Amino acid sequence: MTIATTTGTLLFRGVSKTFDTGTEALAGVSLGLAPGDFISVVGPSGCGKSTLLRLAAGLSRPTGGEILADTTNIGYVFQDPTLLEWRTAAANVELVGELAGIGRAERKRRAGAALELVGLTGFEGQLPAHLSGGMRMRVSLARALLLAPDIFLFDEPFGALDEITRLRMQDELQRLFRSQGFTGLFITHSVSEAVYLSTRVVVMSPRPGRVMQEIDVPFGFPRSPDLRYHPDFARVAGEVSAALQDTQAPAAARESQQATGVQEVSR
Amino acid sequence: MTLPTKTASPVGRAASPGLRRIAGIGATPAAAGTPRTRSPLRSAARAIVPAAIALAAALGIWLAVTYLLLSPGRRFLVPPPQQVLTQSFLQWSHLQPMLAALGLTAEVAVIGLLIASVLGIAAAIVMSQAGWLERGIYPYAVVLQTVPILAIVPLIGLWFSYGFTSQVIVCVIIALFPMIANTLFGIHSASQGAHDLFTLHRASRWQRLIKLQLPAALPSIFTGLRTSSGLSVIGAIVGGFFFQQGSQSIGTLLDVYTSRLQSDDLFAAIILASLFGVAVFAMFTLIGKAAVGRWYGNARGGARD
Repeated sequence: MTIATTTGTLLFRGVSKTFDTGTEALAGVSLGLAPGDFISVVGPSGCGKSTLLRLAAGLSRPTGGEILADTTNIGYVFQDPTLLEWRTAAANVELVGELAGIGRAERKRRAGAALELVGLTGFEGQLPAHLSGGMRMRVSLARALLLAPDIFLFDEPFGALDEITRLRMQDELQRLFRSQGFTGLFITHSVSEAVYLSTRVVVMSPRPGRVMQEIDVPFGFPRSPDLRYHPDFARVAGEVSAALQDTQAPAAARESQQATGVQEVSR
Repeated sequence: MTLPTKTASPVGRAASPGLRRIAGIGATPAAAGTPRTRSPLRSAARAIVPAAIALAAALGIWLAVTYLLLSPGRRFLVPPPQQVLTQSFLQWSHLQPMLAALGLTAEVAVIGLLIASVLGIAAAIVMSQAGWLERGIYPYAVVLQTVPILAIVPLIGLWFSYGFTSQVIVCVIIALFPMIANTLFGIHSASQGAHDLFTLHRASRWQRLIKLQLPAALPSIFTGLRTSSGLSVIGAIVGGFFFQQGSQSIGTLLDVYTSRLQSDDLFAAIILASLFGVAVFAMFTLIGKAAVGRWYGNARGGARD
């Protein structure tokens, strides 16, 4: 890793979040991202992965700990493309420029460039309703790219896409990561997606979420799609899967104990 | 159960007893000669024929009531349709005052609708800005909907005299609530994700309203306009019925025709007023389609994948 002359550092220090409803989503999460990192977070459903992103984006406030970043230029790609249906693809991309007060001409130029980056040149004038799921997600990516964010947060962006589109989008994202030089924090359910995209994979525990294990991914970039079938890839993916299994096991044990009425003995 | 042998496999056979054709090109008799796409003429017919049948049925019932149910002496209560046509619609001296009255009614309805729209959208915007504002104002907006207009007509007359102004006020009272309710619903229809996006980019309240909430509300606003336009026509007629100072509106004529037992003209005036209401409703449907149909109608299930 080169010494950070660029920005894009994001630190979670003992971050906890308990919702008003009393649900404890996160319990003391500590995690550090340096410029050039692309970190995926995997974990069982409801382990607070998305909450982690919302906290990092400032959409929600932690109830404990702190989150530090050396930039306010943070991009966010939501689970849904969240496009405004009445705006064309280009106008949707321009939206964040409008909100940031960027002038019209510059906005248009950047929107064109961002759409080109995601391979949507020629679709600028299309309404979202006329685009496929994959294309809508590309527009959503382009929109986040418009402000050239230092930190890029992804909340399971490809979860709703079909397998073929999903694999293609992973390659696109990897290409963007290399060319745009942002720090990435990527939430996913898919172990292979996490390993394929990331420099490091973080495995979280069931709710309340904690970091259970961090697994380095030793492959350099660019990564070819064939990497997915390489034995080394399978080994790392296996390691992540095993770590995920471990997080499930205690929970399963707890549940079965509760089910049989066995008192939990303090350790 | 016996397993099919290779030779008994239905694939490649012309006709197997156990298989029915679900779809395909070729020798299914029913499919032959059926055009794959519907011609414009056919689809127009599909739209018009049921409505024409319903109209014919209505006229039939009307005729039956006139000639079978009523004795000749009481036939003036429901004059037959052809008599309404010849004695009223085709008599210029009868039709002319009706059209003039319809013009005034239209004017009242349009002004009433305009005021109701501006007030309704403004009220909804104000309510959408804070939960306590909505909780504070909305119950009173509901009162607008539930108050019997007949109960406050005398008051309106006392306060604003018995002419044009009072007719417009009746219109506004009747047409206001659907504008408020629909606009508010539309403003709330913007997705949480879109709101998050605006929050993330530190959008101002104004930007959120102009770039997210109001555009998202447009389809609902047009739904409100459609409902309210019909209601404001009713309001204008009711207003004209009660407040008869100044030139005659359709409501005034209805009262006059009733008191003089001019049933031909009464029926003609009712039909005219109804047609006018339908025309206004259709106009706002078309305007709504033109304004938001491009993205709203397609938004559900129209995507290509």
